[in-house]
Amino acid sequence: MKEELNIRITGKAGHGIVSAGMMLARAYKDSGLHVFAIQDYMSRIRGGNNFFQVRVSARPVYAPREKADIIVALDKEAVAANKGELAPGGLLVLDGENFGIKELEQGWVSAPLYALAQEAGGPKSSNSVAVGIIAALTCEDFDKAAKAVGREFSGKSGEVAAMNRQAALKGYEYAAKNMKSSEFRLTGAPHGSSLLIAGNEALALGVIAAGCKFYTAYPMSPSTGIMNTVADYAGRYGIIVEQAEDEIAAVNMAVGAAFAGVRSMTASSGGGFALMCEGVSLAAMTETPLVIAVVMRPGPATGFPTRTAQEDLDFVLHAGHGEFARAVYTPGSPQECLLSAKRAFNTAERFQVPALILSDQYLAESFTNIESLDTSAEPPDRGSISEPGGDPAQDRYAYSQNGVSPRAFPGRSGTLAVADSDEHGTQGHITELGEVRVKMTQKRLHLKLAGLAKEILAPTVVNPGAKTMLCGFGSTLGVMRETCAAAKDTGFVHYPQVWPFPEGATLAALEGALRVLTVENNASGQLARLIRRETGLKPAGSILKYDGRPFTLEEVALALEGGI
Amino acid sequence: METTDFDSSDPVAWCGGCGNFGLQAALKMALAKLGKKPQELLLVSGIGQAAKMPHYIKANFFNGLHGRALPAAAAAKIANRALTVIVTTGDGDCYGEGGNHLLHNIRRNVDITVIVHDNQIYGLTKGQASPTSEPGMKTKIQPGGVILAPFPPLETALALGCGFVARGYAGEKEHLAELILAGIAHKGFSLIDVFQPCLSFNELNTFDWYSKRVYKVGLEHDAANKGAAMALAARRERLPIGVIYSSAGPSYEELSGLDGMPALVDADISNVDLRHALADFK
Repeated sequence: MKEELNIRITGKAGHGIVSAGMMLARAYKDSGLHVFAIQDYMSRIRGGNNFFQVRVSARPVYAPREKADIIVALDKEAVAANKGELAPGGLLVLDGENFGIKELEQGWVSAPLYALAQEAGGPKSSNSVAVGIIAALTCEDFDKAAKAVGREFSGKSGEVAAMNRQAALKGYEYAAKNMKSSEFRLTGAPHGSSLLIAGNEALALGVIAAGCKFYTAYPMSPSTGIMNTVADYAGRYGIIVEQAEDEIAAVNMAVGAAFAGVRSMTASSGGGFALMCEGVSLAAMTETPLVIAVVMRPGPATGFPTRTAQEDLDFVLHAGHGEFARAVYTPGSPQECLLSAKRAFNTAERFQVPALILSDQYLAESFTNIESLDTSAEPPDRGSISEPGGDPAQDRYAYSQNGVSPRAFPGRSGTLAVADSDEHGTQGHITELGEVRVKMTQKRLHLKLAGLAKEILAPTVVNPGAKTMLCGFGSTLGVMRETCAAAKDTGFVHYPQVWPFPEGATLAALEGALRVLTVENNASGQLARLIRRETGLKPAGSILKYDGRPFTLEEVALALEGGI
Repeated sequence: METTDFDSSDPVAWCGGCGNFGLQAALKMALAKLGKKPQELLLVSGIGQAAKMPHYIKANFFNGLHGRALPAAAAAKIANRALTVIVTTGDGDCYGEGGNHLLHNIRRNVDITVIVHDNQIYGLTKGQASPTSEPGMKTKIQPGGVILAPFPPLETALALGCGFVARGYAGEKEHLAELILAGIAHKGFSLIDVFQPCLSFNELNTFDWYSKRVYKVGLEHDAANKGAAMALAARRERLPIGVIYSSAGPSYEELSGLDGMPALVDADISNVDLRHALADFK
C-alpha cells in the first residue's frame, strides 16, 4: 500500500500521452485522491519523446517529484529515454514483443500493450490499455477509470469511445490477472468533490468571470490554452474570440475594443509580447484599460517553445517605451490565476492602465485538483465612466487627485470619447506644451502608481521568523509550500503581484531571517534584484533553474541542504 | 446636419494649400449628408499628416499608433456595431507600416470605411519615398531615385476580395464626398484611395499633375464586374476616379454572429455565472 505514487506515461507525440494522463488524473481525482500532473513535450506534432506525469497522494500535492514509481512506455525510444527515471522498487511497463526488447532489466515488466489494443479495435488505443493497466495496479475497481475514459473520448464518435473503453478494460483485466501486486495500491480517504484544472484554464475562467467580451490573440505556446478555453465558452458567454494576424494587431485590437467600452484582452509568450510592447505604451498614453497575459517560456528568440521559464520578469516590468504606471500579477496556483484575471480587469479599468498577468508554461499546463474556485471574489468594478447624457463639455483627460478621469465610451457617453498616442491636453488633442506634458506625466505615472500601491495583492507569507526564508513569484508557490512543510526552520514569501512591489510587506516578512533566498526559474535571479532594488535588502542567494523544466521538490531540498 | 456641426476647435497643423483640406471638406460634406451626430461617429487613425484628421472633425476619435489604425478601428466596431467607424490614414501608415493589417482586415471584412490619403510621399518625416512613390522619384534617402515598384492598393484590395474599392481625388471634393458616402453605405470593409497632393515634399505629383491625369469613371463601367474593375485599377497613364468595384458579401458582423447578439458594449457583466463552465472541470 502506498500513500503516494508518481506515475509516468511516455511515448511519442501522437501516442495520446496527454489523453492517457488526463484519464488517470481524473480517475484518481474522482477516487478522492489529490493529484498534481505535469506535461513534458517537445515542439513537434509527431515523434520525439513526451511524458505526462501524475503525482497522486492522500495528501494535497503542489509540485513535481523526480522519480516515477510506475512508468508505462508506449514505444522503444521511451524505454531508453525514461528508464533512468524509475524510482527504486518501481515498475516499468513496456511491450517487449512490439518494441523488440527481449532482455528485461530489474523492475521491468512486459505487457502486450499493442496486441491488447489491436484486440480492442486498433493500435491507437494503446494509451487506453496503459490506463487500464495502471488502474489495475493502483485502484480497487475499474469504474473510475472507465468513467474517465468515457469522459476523455466524449467528443469523439461512439466507435472511438467504445474502442478505448474496451482497450482500457483489456489492460485492466490483463494486469489484474498477470501483474497482481498490492505494492502500488493507493490508500487515502475520499475528500469530496473537487475540480481538476490547469493554470491556463483557471485563468481563462477568470477572464470569462471578469466579463471579458472580446479576446484576441495570435497563437503562441504556451499561451494558446487560454484562448482555447475562452473559445470553448465563447458562444455561451457572448464572447467574440478573434485570431489576429499578428501580435501587433492583437494588442491594438484589444485597445480598440477597450476604448469602445468592452472588457477585452490578449495574451502571448515572450516573443509575441515583444511585438506588443508599443501597444502597452499606447494603452498607457491613451489611458485605455489593457489586460495582457504573458505565459513565459525560455528565450531568447524562439527558445524552448514547449518548456518553462520565469525569464521575463524584468521584461514585463519594463516593457513599453516611456514612463507610466502598470500592474503586474504573478499567480502561482489555479485559484490565483482566476483571481488575478479578475483583479487585472478591475485594475486596468479603474486606473486606466496596462495590467499584465505573468504566468509560465509549467503553471499554465500542469493540472491540480482543487476543492473549489471562488468565483465571487473580486466582482467587476469598471471604475469611473462618464454617464450617457453627461456633461458634453467635460474633458476626457481632466486632471484629478488620483490621476484618473472618467472614461467616455463612443456612442454611449454624453462626452465625446477621444484618445491620442501623442502627448495631449485634457481634451485629447495634440499638444507641444511642456507644462501640460509634466502634468500628464504625473497623472499617468506618479498619481496612478500611488493608487495602485495601495491595492497590492498581499504576498503569501508562511513561517515568518524562520531562519531561512525563500522568496518566489508565480509558479514556484507549490514547490516552496511543500519544501517549507518538510524542511526545518524554513519559511517562504510568495508574490502574487510584483508591481507595484510590496516593499513594506516584504521587509516585515523577512525581518529576522538569517538567510533569504529567492527561488526562480531563470539564470540571473531577477526577483532577487527586484527585492534589492525596491527594499534595499539583498538576498543571500538564489536557487535558480534554467534548463526549461520546473523545479522538483528534490532539487530545492538539495539546494537548501547544500547551503547556498 | 450641416458641415459646421462637425467643426472642431483644434487648430489645424497642415501646411497651407495641402491636399488634406480637400479631403477634410469632402469628409464633412459626406458626414452632413449622412445625418449622424458626432456622438455616433468614430474616426480612427494612426500616425502621419492624414492621421491628424480626427482632430479636425468633431466626433469621437482614436488617434493611435503608426500603421495600427485598422486593428483598433475593427475592434471598436466589433465592440459597438452601432458606431459609424471611419479610418483616415495615409499611404505610409496603411500601405507601409500597417500593410499586414490592410491585408487581413480586408479578409476580416468588418464594416468600416478606410480613407487613404495617398500623396505618394512621406510628409511628416519630411519627404522620403512612400510605398506608392513613382519609381525614379528622387528624395534625400533615395538620391538616385526610387527603385522599388509601387504598391498597387486598388489591385491588391481587389485581389483580396475587398467588396468596395474606390479612388478619389482631393481636387474633386463633391465627387469624393459621394464616394465616402457610398463606402459608408457598403456593409463591410470599404477602401477609398484618395490622390492628395503634398505641396511641401512631392514636387512630382502636384495638383496640376493629378488634374491632367484623373478622369471620372462613367456609366460605361460595370462596378460589379471584377475583371473590368481590375483592368481599370491597372491603368497608369490616365487615372480613373470613382467606384472601381462594389459587390455585397457577408460581413464579419454577419459571419461571426455579432449581428444576432446585443452590442458587446451593452453586455451586463456585473454577475457572470460561471457554474456552467466550472461543471466541465469536475
